[in-house]
Amino acid sequence: MVEHLLASAISAVARALTGARALWRGCAPQPVQRVYFGNHSSHADFVLIWSSLPPDLRRQTRPVAGADYWDRGGLRGYIIHRVFRGVLVERERREGGADPIATMVGALDEGASLIVFPEGTRNLQDGLLPFKSGIFRLAQARPAVEFVPVWLDNLKRVMPKGKLLPLPILCTVSFGAPIRLADGESREAFLARTRAALLGLAPQESGS
Amino acid sequence: MMTSGMSPAAQAQTMLLFQGIGGALLVASLAGFALKLKVGLATAHPVIDNLNSRIKAWWAMVAVIGLSFVFGAAGVIVLFFLISFFALREFITLTPTRAGDYHALAASFYLALPLQYLLIWFDWYGLYSIFIPVYGFLVLAILATAGGETARFLERAAKVQWGLMICVYCISHVPALLTLPIPGYEGRNLLLIAFLVIVVQSSDVLQYVWGKLLGRHKIAPQLSPSKTVEGFVGGVASATALGAALWWVTPFAPWQAALMALAINLMGFLGGLVMSAIKRDRGVKDWGQMIEGHGGMLDRLDSVCFAAPIFFHLTRYWWVP
Repeated sequence: MVEHLLASAISAVARALTGARALWRGCAPQPVQRVYFGNHSSHADFVLIWSSLPPDLRRQTRPVAGADYWDRGGLRGYIIHRVFRGVLVERERREGGADPIATMVGALDEGASLIVFPEGTRNLQDGLLPFKSGIFRLAQARPAVEFVPVWLDNLKRVMPKGKLLPLPILCTVSFGAPIRLADGESREAFLARTRAALLGLAPQESGS
Repeated sequence: MMTSGMSPAAQAQTMLLFQGIGGALLVASLAGFALKLKVGLATAHPVIDNLNSRIKAWWAMVAVIGLSFVFGAAGVIVLFFLISFFALREFITLTPTRAGDYHALAASFYLALPLQYLLIWFDWYGLYSIFIPVYGFLVLAILATAGGETARFLERAAKVQWGLMICVYCISHVPALLTLPIPGYEGRNLLLIAFLVIVVQSSDVLQYVWGKLLGRHKIAPQLSPSKTVEGFVGGVASATALGAALWWVTPFAPWQAALMALAINLMGFLGGLVMSAIKRDRGVKDWGQMIEGHGGMLDRLDSVCFAAPIFFHLTRYWWVP
């Protein structure tokens, strides 16, 4: 209950601060199982995507987050585990560590939708970094799931790296057309296709 | 510090003004509905639908201004503080800034904006009239060096300075009208705000109406393709006549009210062109999406930005001893 209220409060603040507008350009907000994949420029990214979903979809949607940053107990741990029910994965594979893909597939099998950032790390430049292969392996494991590109515009300006006080600049969250893994599609082809779909949502001169 | 006390006579005049505006909006709403009936309720018609959503937004905007008037000076200062905030956010969103501008932007949003309105609340003319053009101008340039970034320095510094001047300094001159001590006009300064807002906004509306009815010759095709000579002349002339007809709420004689309204209308029109040039340079048609049918806050306010400081100083120069 407290977690529920906290989640609503955090997303209300995020939306008020960024004036975030959700633009459903390629699909409608429907209750189907999806993996939302977005461009990554700040730790607040998943909050904004999550907040842009209608409340009934939010409850089924869990952000995938790096355990190295989030799993440190205290407030941060509380927020990611209890408030947002994050799916924590190890970004660096370690001996004996859990396979991140298996963790995500497990969450999908429980019926959740996911929010992922296939660049793997925060991108402080314009454009998009190359995608890590995880999104392809996830699609291979569960090919029926829709992969929806989500472009976050301007969030980088709201929360520049290393700054504590966010700026109230307007952001938009654009949802593109869903993508599914095609039969026999190669890793390179799928990564290129998903990346192009995400870039295609970016405004023409974003951040120039 | 300002008090919100309005004299009974001023209250009666304010009521009369709002009743007049309500009547005009009612006529507009009925006309809009009739037009919609003519083309068919289910048929989409871009011009008529836009007209109707504009009229609907007008009701909301008049209601917000009316509510702020109920709270007197405090209500109006808070309202324009919020308007400045939304305008500045639209301006900064549309003008690309870089990571190195963080400190200048944070200072604009979190210091300069609230301070400017506080100074107006405290009625400190000597400081609020120079705070942003002098202190803001210099400090923002200094802050722009904080990131150590030299690329496009002048351009970057100027963007933030412009945003603050237009969205905060210029707009704040609307509530600053409350601070003018005009002999014989005590307790009625809210009506000066009503005069400015009614004249400048009706000028926008009348230019739109005249342009739609008679517009043939484009007046500035590069800057604002929808503006026409006919709309400009008809709109400015009729809004000036309206301003003259409203002389009874002002400290002005009818002919003075007409000249004031003319100055307001010309500045408003030219301000609209300037703001349009910025939008076009950024490749957009509207500043934002905040107000249904109108675009963003700045789309509705662009003419006020340019008219308010001039109206303020003309009034101050001739009517404040």
